[in-house]
Amino acid sequence: MIEVRGLTKGYGRVLAVDALSFDVRPGVVTGFLGPNGSGKSTTMRLMLGLDAPDRGAVRIAGRRYHELGWPLREVGALLETRALHPGRSARAHLAALAASNAIPFRRVDEVLGLVGLESAAGRRAGKFSLGMAQRLGIAAALLGDPGVLLFDEPVNGLDPEGIRWIRDLMKSLAAEGRMVFVSSHLINEMAVTADRLIVIGAGRLLADTTVAQMSARSASLEDAFLKLTSGSAEFRGTLGRTS
Amino acid sequence: MTSVCVTRVPRGHYRFWHVARMEWIKLRTLRSTWWTMGIGVAGAVAIGVAVGRGTKNASGDLTNNALAGMVPGLLLAGVLGVLVMTSEYSSGTIRATLAAIPGRPLLLAAKVAVFGAVALAAGEVAAFVSFFAGGATLPHGIPAPALGQPGVLRAVLLSGTSFCLIGLLGLGLGAIIRHSPAAIGVLVGGIYVLAQVIGAVAHGVRAYMPILIVGNSISTTKPVSCGGPVGQCPQPLPAWTGLGMLCLYAAAALAAGGWLLARRDA
Repeated sequence: MIEVRGLTKGYGRVLAVDALSFDVRPGVVTGFLGPNGSGKSTTMRLMLGLDAPDRGAVRIAGRRYHELGWPLREVGALLETRALHPGRSARAHLAALAASNAIPFRRVDEVLGLVGLESAAGRRAGKFSLGMAQRLGIAAALLGDPGVLLFDEPVNGLDPEGIRWIRDLMKSLAAEGRMVFVSSHLINEMAVTADRLIVIGAGRLLADTTVAQMSARSASLEDAFLKLTSGSAEFRGTLGRTS
Repeated sequence: MTSVCVTRVPRGHYRFWHVARMEWIKLRTLRSTWWTMGIGVAGAVAIGVAVGRGTKNASGDLTNNALAGMVPGLLLAGVLGVLVMTSEYSSGTIRATLAAIPGRPLLLAAKVAVFGAVALAAGEVAAFVSFFAGGATLPHGIPAPALGQPGVLRAVLLSGTSFCLIGLLGLGLGAIIRHSPAAIGVLVGGIYVLAQVIGAVAHGVRAYMPILIVGNSISTTKPVSCGGPVGQCPQPLPAWTGLGMLCLYAAAALAAGGWLLARRDA
């Protein structure tokens, strides 16, 4: 289980994450939902120890991220589409990561096959389309066959076929008993992917619920989400509203 | 709860060896690594040959002349050192790297070991090839220096270390500054421009400037005159003292870079 407890992080005077607490459980897809700028990516970075929290902590199976013996074998993460050097091939990028956690190199070609990039393995990542770069990021997350998977906005840049593919992948990973934690600002995508939902706005927890419970409260899940986050969206147009 | 243990994580912990292997794969799979080092070595040799051919008399320090290209050549090692760190930030790879290896001091140590070894090898190749090529192309009648002569082997070997030490200074600056253009600017502006200005204004510290250490201390077989009467201006540092100063500069930059790397958000 991942336990997020009292997580707080400010950048300058802006509080990006504010006393956030929730759990991520194995065997289900947990959606992490919030408007743009609500602190989802910051939370992800804090979970991976990339940024240090001002207060609070994240524990993965009882340990902090930096206490993990083989981090990539325990947690796989897709943080941003292009977290790779444009001059390096897909295979070299994955081989370097594999070496760092003593993952056998045959696993590199396995995950390249899994995401459908075998034929592009030797090409430099700078030439990749957004969708291909996203698939390479997912391959990197799967490299260590980890029990915990964190995906930050994984459908960004994917075509409908790719979106279907990542959705099915996340569901099958969860069905294997893994923890799958996926952030999105797309409520309808979450409706068909996630089982549980963590909803945040302005860095605060707004709801820790299930998709079924949340849809039951309003006419649609989208309505329920907009009602919930109405006080916390950072940017909002006024089109269609009188005030 | 459906808590099924899906994957078994082996016991133990990542070690320096694993991190060094990652850094070696990252370094060798970029073409720019080999281009930059290749140009640095070729430039050093070309300048050494040009200076050797222009030699008029045999009384000067011919070894020092053959090694004249090391100062311009090491600039590329310094720039590559900067890029080893800053390209991780500009490309976003740093987040993948730190997610794989959260132990940041260990990560920097592995980068130092791997890049340092590559830069040292390139520097020694540049120094020895410059020495022999510069000697071989001396004008007719001027005998080429030999490695067995006093101070010659020391000058060639220590010159080779300058690629490594300036490279590591660049790596440290890259860790401190994190942006490629700014860090390269500080490295080049600092060691080529600012240090020369400081040296020209404050004669007392002139001998401690990195470029003058490489040119006048570690690559010489006999003490260099400072240009003025003895006692009126400071003499260049002895070769080993010069090497110590270069080590100190690199160590200071790496210590500051490591301290910041461990404390800053990625």
